[in-house]
Amino acid sequence: MLKKYLTLQNIRRVYSVFFFLLFVILIGITDFRNMKGYEVSLFLELNPLVAVSTFLTSWTVYKGLALSLVIIVGTLIFGRFFCSWICPLGILNQWISYFFNKRRPIEDYKVNAYRSVHRLKYYLLVVFLVLAAFGSLQIGIFDPISLITRSFSVSLYPSVNYWGGGLYLKQPLFHGGVLIAVLFIALLFANRFLTRFWCRALCPLGALLGLFASRSLLRMRRDVEKCTDCNKCLRFCQGACDPHAALRVSECHVCMNCIASCPENAIHYGLSGSNSSVHAPVDLNRRRFVETVVASIILFPMLRSVVNAQSDPQHRVIRPPGSIAEDEFLRRCIKCGECMRVCPTNVIQPALLEGGFEALWTPILINKIGYCEYNCVLCSQVCPTGAIVPISVEMKVGKDPTRKQIKIGTAFFERGRCLPWAMNTECIVCEEVCPTSPKSIWLDEVEKKLRDGKTRLLRLPHMDAKLCVGCGICENKCPVHDLPAVRVSSIGETRSRTNQMILKT
Amino acid sequence: MTSKYHKKEPEIDRRQFLRRTAVTCGLAIGAGIWGYAYYSNEPVRHREERIYTFRNFRVEESKSYPAFVVVHGKHVEKMARTALTKLGGMTRFIKPGEKVLIKPNVGWDRQPEQAANTNPELVGAVVSLCREAQASEIWVTDISINDPYRSFARSGIETAVKRAGGKVKFTTENDFVLTDLKGEILKVWPVSRFYHQVDKVINLPVVKHHSLSKCTIAMKNWYGILGGRRNRLHQDIDLSIADLAAAVRPTLTIIDATRVLVRNGPTGGDLSDVSLEDTIIAGLDEVALDAYSLRFLGLEAKDVPFLALGEKRGLGISDWKSLNHSEFTI
Repeated sequence: MLKKYLTLQNIRRVYSVFFFLLFVILIGITDFRNMKGYEVSLFLELNPLVAVSTFLTSWTVYKGLALSLVIIVGTLIFGRFFCSWICPLGILNQWISYFFNKRRPIEDYKVNAYRSVHRLKYYLLVVFLVLAAFGSLQIGIFDPISLITRSFSVSLYPSVNYWGGGLYLKQPLFHGGVLIAVLFIALLFANRFLTRFWCRALCPLGALLGLFASRSLLRMRRDVEKCTDCNKCLRFCQGACDPHAALRVSECHVCMNCIASCPENAIHYGLSGSNSSVHAPVDLNRRRFVETVVASIILFPMLRSVVNAQSDPQHRVIRPPGSIAEDEFLRRCIKCGECMRVCPTNVIQPALLEGGFEALWTPILINKIGYCEYNCVLCSQVCPTGAIVPISVEMKVGKDPTRKQIKIGTAFFERGRCLPWAMNTECIVCEEVCPTSPKSIWLDEVEKKLRDGKTRLLRLPHMDAKLCVGCGICENKCPVHDLPAVRVSSIGETRSRTNQMILKT
Repeated sequence: MTSKYHKKEPEIDRRQFLRRTAVTCGLAIGAGIWGYAYYSNEPVRHREERIYTFRNFRVEESKSYPAFVVVHGKHVEKMARTALTKLGGMTRFIKPGEKVLIKPNVGWDRQPEQAANTNPELVGAVVSLCREAQASEIWVTDISINDPYRSFARSGIETAVKRAGGKVKFTTENDFVLTDLKGEILKVWPVSRFYHQVDKVINLPVVKHHSLSKCTIAMKNWYGILGGRRNRLHQDIDLSIADLAAAVRPTLTIIDATRVLVRNGPTGGDLSDVSLEDTIIAGLDEVALDAYSLRFLGLEAKDVPFLALGEKRGLGISDWKSLNHSEFTI
């Protein structure tokens, strides 16, 4: 009885449910109250594509990314199992393809056959890896784990909060978040027309694992003597890997469905037997490959011939505390949105074009939405790639005597909008909320002459740029709140040697 | 062979004609009714939002107990118990089965030693005292300026409240209701709805320096009931404080002066900003209690205009020396 259900296909199903739920839970607990010490970025760290591309940009395999070796070694032995056993986006695509299937069974055979468009992913991978080799990390846009993490953090989880799920004090808001949501929905919707369109045709991680899998030891093996060419193995094939003919090992997700579908018991998983069919190599044309490499080499300088925060500091590009210098930051950030998810005040936002195209969806601080909590270092704890290096509260606020406090920018007053300066009205809100000790904002008591000739004693706020850490709580709480009278810009940030204004600090 | 476009509409009989006419007339009349019923000169229809007012949380004054009690010592829970015993016990303020709300100052993501928030031991002790007085529910709430989750956790108050058997209530975006404060400048403001769901309210402030109002103690603690852009209130802070203190009259006030933030208020951040005073003050008269506590900040009643404003409105007496009070050291 038990043996009947203990098939490889069912074991894969159990694993896929487990890993998908694990992913949902890990993102769910990525907040101040539930994070404790859990490895919430686990899936990003298991991701060989992130490890390989960040290696190419900065020649390190950073901390937890070494975990991706487990997947690389596993793939070399077992084949491309990650895609249907572990990858949350692959599993989600599979479920959606299955439950929203509108086809008759006969059409399933057609849609699950290999198509030439499926080789597109290899060329995408080549583009991203060539760009990475030159130091431009754009993989975050297409990496499936970054994509689903970002989409869940920025779109799905806030929508759950919106309908009352999970106690949230304030609805999380994201700058241009709907763009991320629409792309994610479009990607899921594509499954209705082409089963697992993303996984088969676009996913660069799938392509990378496919390259590893083409050398794998254990594979699907079809016994050509037993096989009656009924093609039933095609119907539920997840990778579109042609199990009925010469198996395309680089496409096979090892989903084990063909074994279960085969009426003749002609397919097994393992080493080859005496009658095993031949296998097809990776469907990659050498000439197209060289063309893609050349095209990417031309693309790279175009990508760099722009004004961005690297070529010239941009005042709105305020990075989370612990971020490394902009040039290095863009070599490490995979736009996964973990820091946006964990931020308690919602200040960390996905950038649009503030820092140039390369910085799309990288984290910036928008102080109108939140502010950087003085005693908080959560974003630095969750970053899987070290774009934000782990810092302690002591390091951040400067209690560590060996280092200076971490500045992410400097606040400036706009005296034409400030109530005491411009309107002769009492207001010390910025000074009240300023978290440093002594406070960076200090008040000068001045007798000011009013319109009617009377005088009034006013406290005029001033900024001490040497003490200001750029946390932005003054901007966030300023009563002139559509365009605050005190605003933070990135200048003076500790991470940059050049984005400085004061000679002596 | 006939074309597929050759199909003819069947001729209708009288019955069908009448039925179709009836449907058309029905829809036309429906459209007319809809237009008539919803015709308006206003572009948007507004629903009247209910405006709440505060209920009376006070208990009757009594001559048999001192107006306020000052207790010095090191053991915060014992100090709180002594203070309450001298004031006639918690049962004087809370009847069995009543819901109690405790309002400490939990404005900031700071640790207890930094003295930006009320001492968690005192909050825990007051929750225990309420539980012993058989309150049915004990809620502890504040509208923090920093992230509330962090503020409650790092101030130690969340743990202390849970251990003592109370409940921390976080105020979400949907927990604000419009409330008429009936003040001179504060009219209708969004207020945490928890204040409208309880029978008794205990004010549990901490003594801190503040650059504009000079001090933040009991009366200014009521800033923490408001939602919205409450930092507009700073433009007339003394009147705002008086308005708030007149709107919410607590059952009991216990002031935490165990650690006092004497500089860089109300956030502090450095231990050198904190002075250890090891005192709590409990009573009913917020004006007198605030006036007494000014000593920790080196101020006098005349330096703080909102005390006079409060006195004028009959909220209390700023000349605390004229009141019957007692002082203990344990």
